[in-house]
Amino acid sequence: MQTRLSLDPALVTEARDLAARAGQPIVDMARTHTTTSIERAVLRLAGLQGADADGLPWANRLVEAITSATGLQHGVALPAWDALITGGYDGLGQLAEAAAEGKAAFRIPVGAAAAAARAAAREALAAGIGRIDANRVQRQQMIDETAEPSRPWIYLIVATGDIYEDIPQAQAAAREGADVIAVIRSTGQSLLDYVPEGATREGYAGTYATQENFRLMRAALDQTSREVGRYIRLTNYASGLCMPEIAALAGLERLDMMLNDCMYGIIFRDINPRRTFIDQRFARQIHARAGIIINTGEDNYLTTADAVDAAHTVVVSQLLNEFFGKEAGLTDGQLGLGHAFEINPALPDSFLLELAHAQLIRELFPDAPLKYMPPTKHMTGNVFAGYLLDAFFNLCGVMTDQSILLIGMMTEGIHTPFLADRDLALENVRYVRNAAGRLGDSFVPAPGGFIQQRAARVLGDSVRLLRRICDQGLLTAIAAGTFGITKRPADAGRGLDGVIVRASGYFNPASDFLETDSPVAAEAVR
Amino acid sequence: MTGQIVRPYGDTTGDGRVQVSFTLPVPFGTATERARAEGAALQLAAKMGLDPAMVVHAKGMGPDYTFFIVYGRVAHLVDLSQVTVTEREFPLLSAAEVNLRIRSALGRKLVVVGACIGTDAHTVGIDAILNVKGHAGEKGLEYYREMRVVNLGSQIAVPELVARATAERADAVLVSQVVTQRDAHLSNARQMAAAFCAAAGPTGHRPLLVVGGPRFDPAAAASLGVDKVFGKGTTPGEVASYLAAAVGRAGAPVEPTTDLAS
Repeated sequence: MQTRLSLDPALVTEARDLAARAGQPIVDMARTHTTTSIERAVLRLAGLQGADADGLPWANRLVEAITSATGLQHGVALPAWDALITGGYDGLGQLAEAAAEGKAAFRIPVGAAAAAARAAAREALAAGIGRIDANRVQRQQMIDETAEPSRPWIYLIVATGDIYEDIPQAQAAAREGADVIAVIRSTGQSLLDYVPEGATREGYAGTYATQENFRLMRAALDQTSREVGRYIRLTNYASGLCMPEIAALAGLERLDMMLNDCMYGIIFRDINPRRTFIDQRFARQIHARAGIIINTGEDNYLTTADAVDAAHTVVVSQLLNEFFGKEAGLTDGQLGLGHAFEINPALPDSFLLELAHAQLIRELFPDAPLKYMPPTKHMTGNVFAGYLLDAFFNLCGVMTDQSILLIGMMTEGIHTPFLADRDLALENVRYVRNAAGRLGDSFVPAPGGFIQQRAARVLGDSVRLLRRICDQGLLTAIAAGTFGITKRPADAGRGLDGVIVRASGYFNPASDFLETDSPVAAEAVR
Repeated sequence: MTGQIVRPYGDTTGDGRVQVSFTLPVPFGTATERARAEGAALQLAAKMGLDPAMVVHAKGMGPDYTFFIVYGRVAHLVDLSQVTVTEREFPLLSAAEVNLRIRSALGRKLVVVGACIGTDAHTVGIDAILNVKGHAGEKGLEYYREMRVVNLGSQIAVPELVARATAERADAVLVSQVVTQRDAHLSNARQMAAAFCAAAGPTGHRPLLVVGGPRFDPAAAASLGVDKVFGKGTTPGEVASYLAAAVGRAGAPVEPTTDLAS
């Protein structure tokens, strides 16, 4: 990639160092804590599925029972597999049912009993991690068999609430040119402290993320990938109170990209900051293993804050996401850092500012599959003006080599897109790509000119903000309203009661595989 | 002088020209299919009152659908004397005027409790009205010195909202609803109004109930059982002005001022 901005390399290095300094205490916290959702994810990776008559998953019931019997400070695995061995249950499902009826006994085993429980748990987790590894291989086989779409990938959303309506819409979108299909979740799923079960046909402004819905959509898109000769990627959302579990299900069902931002849930869904950061590290370790590309949510800051005033908060958040992501094992190629085209179009030089911001991010993260989001805030209901704005977004995207373009709808903010809205949006991006796809080759901002100056200023502001965050601590900065102008104290928000300090004998067989990145031992799979 | 009867204007007074676009679930592949699709579009246009109508653009979308853009002339007349509009029933005030009005009417801060109710997690609207940051260049209600704002955030259950509003001794409850699938915004608003009525007891005393969201009809307050409905594009200043006017009226909602006799 050519450099167009002549950024000060010392300043770029300082920005990364500061992000690492700000993030390290958070990583230390994540290493010493667990959460109810991480423990439920362990059970799900070991194959526990299904729900009780009220729809509450067995993973939740079993974790609840163990929480009240022994606490979670040693992790769920030791007491669960100890009970499996000593109680003679036929699998986790049967144990969970007994536990829900109050019939199962749990303890923290010691000595030989603990060793036996650990061995059995490792074996069970090896099967789940092995399935994630196999899915990663299968994804590559599918890409080899079809083709890798050329960039930028065209990212389209479906959101009917009914998985059986979503499937034909997603297939139609893929045939019309979409490379990535995102199934938006039902409003409010992020605040559910459990993952719903089964295929679902009812949702609000979206479709529930469930393991079965994941499976159905991936199977349908495999079929369409073969039909169109391109590998169509599937995206969902690993965010909210069940982030680790959703990440586990995504790995088990071969999803390809997951929304997974380090601060989105905190800022926009009032989820407790500690809960979010602890859950996130585990979720990202699974994504890293699964070869999933994460998408971060910096675009959202610009829907509440001004896109010019707050441009540097986007860069700061991206640097933090990069640090946290790499610490969890993600590679540059898995960091779909987000940003957006949200500057007020009435502002003079607004397009130049957009170019400066988009190019800055491209050059700061040259190997990341950047995800560029279309205008939403300044889509007024004038669909004709909106179509024009979307074309400028597409133009900025191709000029600055963005990797993933979420396609803007001229009816943004009016209704969930009509079939024709989507078709017109694809026509728009096809035109821009065809007419100006190689304009980037000739795009050379004047040295010291407006675009270079603006990019340098945003980078400078980012470094200043990072210095302040390092001084006060990231949790304090979040509490003070640094991001998205929303104040979120570390001891408030949803899900804090599900955060547990690890005891010295804490055991998490999934983490053991994920932390060491060790291949699943052949004898353990059996 | 413009009369009370008008028609759409294309480029000549009274030409009645309009443009519509729509999709029909018909194929647009073979010549026969194309002719049939355009005929189908023209039939719909005619039934919509477009006569003559012209299909200026038709495009197949996948094997089963066709998108049309149609221009035509409508015969319908618009009688301006029959148009009813909801005029703003309160004056727009500056922040200082709002504060003054609240202080003289209540002698204390006005308590505003805001939330997104039901499963709606879209706090953008309520935050734009309540947060200091505000919206469209206007500061939000937190900025008003004579208001105390409690923003409960998203996905608040109605009973929780009623309990919090009571505990905070709310003068006004602001509810934002963005999600409209299956008319959730309407049923949620009605449910909320009913719960506050039920909680009011024999005195019938409840906070001002205000709902807002992009798909609400501002004229629907009575049918929803609330005091005020704000639609798309509402600014914090409008909401503040409304609240000031409402508490400024005789018999302020929570504590009537003592000098009503004057």
